[in-house]
Amino acid sequence: MNIYVCVKHVPDSAATITVEGKTGINEKITFLLNPYDEHAVTEAARIKASSADTEVIAVCLGKAAAENTLRAAMAMGADRSILIETDTSRDSIFTARALAAAIRSDGRPWMVFTGKESIDSEGMQTQFRLAQYLSLPVATNAIKVDADSDGVTVECEREAGTIDVYRMAAPCVIGAGKGLNNPNYPTFPDIVKSRKKPIKKIGTAELTIDTPVAGMQIQELVPAVEQHSPKALTGSPADIAAQIVDILKNEAKVI
Amino acid sequence: MQPIGLLIEFKSGHIKPANFGMATAARAENRQLVALMVDAPADDDKAALEAYGVTRIVNIHTDSNQWNPAMHAAAVVAAMQENGITTLIGLTSPAGRELLPRVAAQLDAPLVMDCIEIDLDDHRVKTSQFSGKTIATIAMTGTHFIYGMRANVIAPLEAPAAAEVIDFSYTANHPSGFEVIETRTDGSGSQYLAESDIIISGGRGLKNAENFKLIFDCARHLNAAVGASRVAVDNGWVPYAMQVGQTGVKVNPKVYMAVGISGSVQHFAGMKTAKTIIAINTDANAPIMAHCDYYAVGDLFDILPALEKALASMTR
Ligand SMILES: Cc1cc2nc3c(=O)[nH]c(=O)nc-3n(C[C@H](O)[C@H](O)[C@H](O)COP(=O)(O)OP(=O)(O)OC[C@H]3O[C@@H](n4cnc5c(N)ncnc54)[C@H](O)[C@@H]3O)c2cc1C
Ligand SMILES: Nc1ncnc2c1ncn2[C@@H]1O[C@H](COP(=O)(O)O)[C@@H](O)[C@H]1O
Repeated sequence: MNIYVCVKHVPDSAATITVEGKTGINEKITFLLNPYDEHAVTEAARIKASSADTEVIAVCLGKAAAENTLRAAMAMGADRSILIETDTSRDSIFTARALAAAIRSDGRPWMVFTGKESIDSEGMQTQFRLAQYLSLPVATNAIKVDADSDGVTVECEREAGTIDVYRMAAPCVIGAGKGLNNPNYPTFPDIVKSRKKPIKKIGTAELTIDTPVAGMQIQELVPAVEQHSPKALTGSPADIAAQIVDILKNEAKVI
Repeated sequence: MQPIGLLIEFKSGHIKPANFGMATAARAENRQLVALMVDAPADDDKAALEAYGVTRIVNIHTDSNQWNPAMHAAAVVAAMQENGITTLIGLTSPAGRELLPRVAAQLDAPLVMDCIEIDLDDHRVKTSQFSGKTIATIAMTGTHFIYGMRANVIAPLEAPAAAEVIDFSYTANHPSGFEVIETRTDGSGSQYLAESDIIISGGRGLKNAENFKLIFDCARHLNAAVGASRVAVDNGWVPYAMQVGQTGVKVNPKVYMAVGISGSVQHFAGMKTAKTIIAINTDANAPIMAHCDYYAVGDLFDILPALEKALASMTR
């Protein structure tokens, strides 16, 4: 049985982002596996460990450098991977079509994992589109997954203190949330082993992807400007408290 | 008149105030605002919707008596089709994160979540990307357009109108392979962080779970929500749902107080758009102190009790 895990190659959240051209960024910074996708890979590996004949396949649409992210996914437990190569950044409508086509041409999924959101484009939607194109049920922000041969029971955190429990037939798509597990950070031997695992590289032209009518195109990217100029609150704790109350009342007008 | 669908949300039986900002952002001469209410008939709230310019209210009835995102999204799509709606606006709230992408996927329509600006005529929006480090202008193309707005980016402005109320029953095929077993609520999520005007967050400086009481005590007087840094969450002092930041909730309050929080890039990714940021920290060189509006160099264990006292005497 195949568990597919969609992983995105994203800039490290601590990296400095500089805009290049009108819509791009300087890519000479550290990129890594999208943090939510780490939970997705970890969960797939956990399920594999307790199921017979299961293969975990990491799938990524990205530039050539995204190979590093697939290596990271394999060091964390994926058995092999598929890199759908593209030279440009793609919106989630195209991305989901490409991921669906790559999965379909590779094999029949038992489960498809994604993260709940990518930290670069923050789209919050690829998993739903992927499920639509594959005609599968989907749940997101999963914090607990119990899989059996005909389906999964999944707990999803909707908001603080609200958890929805869903039953989905297999195959299905699951968006991993942060509460799902602690990522399997790889050991050195894991990393060495991952170097021998295979990566299948395919171009978007080799996949059957119908051209979408809809799209989301970035027209301009600008650095977010900082609008704060810090002022000190001084004096005794009571003085500071009084100044805070004054700010809340007279400046922010929230009380 | 172009009909614009507004996906209305409720909290404790009332329309969330952020919906009125959404209505304000959508309003224009050549548009008709249509409120879509899923399994929450507008009886009591009709007047409130009218005050913000809604002229049609569609009460969508599904045959599920509980939250079911797959079913609710399918019902919204059916109601949009019935009412000739090709533009839908909702909030980037917990329910919006479930429903809007499902609607967009079904319609194969473009969707941008967490919009801070929308232009419904040109189908152009602004949203933050790369953990809040950049602002992207995105052009959407397609036949339908779905917008997820960030709560509180537009202040609600009244524009009274009269609304007709229409009932719409959705009984079509139940989405297959997806079933809701139960929804558990532990009552802790009293106020959703992203929609709060005031947030007080605690970090490693709080030292343990018990000390968070100091923050909750101040928050109660202000009807504020309580947030936390990842360190406070990872240490198990507060639940993950309270985490503010890149891998937590992104918030946009009028006032954000960071108490015992250093101000890492990842924390900033979740709160940098707050209008007023107040930091309390013993370390004058903590990054937060250079990226806020007001900072107090001092011990939170002295300042929070003093603040609680000041707030208590004021609200009494
Ligand atoms: C991929 C990734 C994602 C992440 N996502 C998030 C996220 O979503 N949200 C998030 O918050 N972090 C996130 N982090 C973690 C982040 O990098 C920081 O580690 C974290 O934000 C630090 O939390 P803190 O400010 O509470 O702790 P610290 O950085 O340790 O700061 C504690 C502060 O408290 C002050 N202090 C101590 N005692 C007192 C006192 N008595 N009175 C007043 N001040 C006091 C100290 O001076 C210090 O400045 C992420 C990290 C990674 C790698
Ligand atoms: N280019 C991509 N390649 C592989 N997976 C992706 C890609 N983009 C998005 N995803 C998956 O979809 C999830 C949600 O992404 P997004 O809709 O961008 O927030 C991510 O956590 C990934 O699991």
